[in-house]
Amino acid sequence: MHFLKPAPGLAEELEKARLSVSACYQCKKCSCGCPLTFAMDLLPDQVIRLALLGQEEMVLSAVTPWVCSSCETCTTRCPNGIDIAGVMDWLKEEALHRGYAIPQPEISGFYQSFLTAVRLGGGRLSEPLLLGLYTLRRGRILEKLRSGELKNELLLGWELVRRGRLKPRLPKKLKGAPEIAVLFAQSQKES
Amino acid sequence: MKVSYYPGCSLEGTAADYAASIEAVVPLLGVELAELEDWNCCGASAAHSIDHTLALNLPARNLMIAARAGLDLVVPCALCFNRLKVAEKALAGPQRVFWTAQPESLVKIWDLLDYLTQPELLKTLSAKVARPLTDLRAVCYYGCLVARPPKVTDKEAYENPENMEALLRVLGAEALDWSYKTDCCGAGLAVARPDVVDTLVKRLYDQAIAAGAQCFVVSCQMCQANLDLPQKRISRKAGRDYYLPVFYFTELIGLALGHPEVGKWLAQHLVDPRPLLKELGFPSL
Repeated sequence: MHFLKPAPGLAEELEKARLSVSACYQCKKCSCGCPLTFAMDLLPDQVIRLALLGQEEMVLSAVTPWVCSSCETCTTRCPNGIDIAGVMDWLKEEALHRGYAIPQPEISGFYQSFLTAVRLGGGRLSEPLLLGLYTLRRGRILEKLRSGELKNELLLGWELVRRGRLKPRLPKKLKGAPEIAVLFAQSQKES
Repeated sequence: MKVSYYPGCSLEGTAADYAASIEAVVPLLGVELAELEDWNCCGASAAHSIDHTLALNLPARNLMIAARAGLDLVVPCALCFNRLKVAEKALAGPQRVFWTAQPESLVKIWDLLDYLTQPELLKTLSAKVARPLTDLRAVCYYGCLVARPPKVTDKEAYENPENMEALLRVLGAEALDWSYKTDCCGAGLAVARPDVVDTLVKRLYDQAIAAGAQCFVVSCQMCQANLDLPQKRISRKAGRDYYLPVFYFTELIGLALGHPEVGKWLAQHLVDPRPLLKELGFPSL
């Protein structure tokens, strides 16, 4: 049998981030209402319990926070007011920050590409730029070419261009672009 | 009535049809949309997932601009609405935000559907319906983020909203009851994990059909994209031919009001709604 060694550190860090988990009494309402459990390795209630027990390694390397779609059903229904979706966000950010191996690099790569696209675009998102950055970042182009995935993606992209829903241009240059640049710099300094 | 309008990035791109229908029908109801000057991206799922500082500072900048404009702020995108509301709460609370606002100087933030379904606007709309959508059977799909979590969105009907159903009834359509109106479509996972979106969306298709619906009506462009774009792929995987057009509620307002450009908006959908509408007696769109 494998015994966990409880440690208070993680719960205290969450407390400091205004994401206290200590009120959880394991009613599992979060997991019952979660539409994404089929794609998760740990159930949301297990993540909260393990966080409370200080199992940093287990929760920071889990798939669960990454496939969480932030639909906010858990946070809405928790009878103890725990912001479970907020905890999932905190875990993703900390996993990247502490250099954990990310179990869903497609998803973390998409988020990183998104923010890069907003930064490069000067404050607004260009969807074609995001898709380009994401494709380059993920690499796997040969693999996707062989599996036919690339062809399907390009066909969908073409359908959208043809219908005027994907415009191959950069977003409007904002007057506030220097302000936006400050926000990005500020965020890097704080992380 | 004049309001500030925050379209959000996807209305400049994949949701161009939503943007066009909003700009066409909202003025017909006597509401003037003044686009927020120099607005920026709200940060979306990406920021709140991996950068909590940007997730507040990016939307907060828009709120500061809106406060200067001094008008209520109307937002058509569910995610933008949610992130702006999160920033609103943060600016009024103890969290550290780059911008500083006096809470009383912030303006009211509306999601577009809520704004347009205020009783007096429904009355105005009702008087203008030229071509009722008789025999159109639809399920209303609100998605997640205009409703949840209520301590952010300030919504009372967060489990079972009914204002889109009320709107459809005014337009003459039949709004069917179903239990999935605020379930998740997979949202921002569409690019990185399309398989996850396919599972969630197939369930929505099956439940909509079980309810007897011919189509979905949505108020969120993320929901529209996730229900519309992969329908062929999901049909292929499921071995059945789904045909469920996904209308924006503003497109249906345009249709019932007899707006001449409806066909142009609908032509931008991947699942073409025009065959369904032809059956219902809207031949030339």
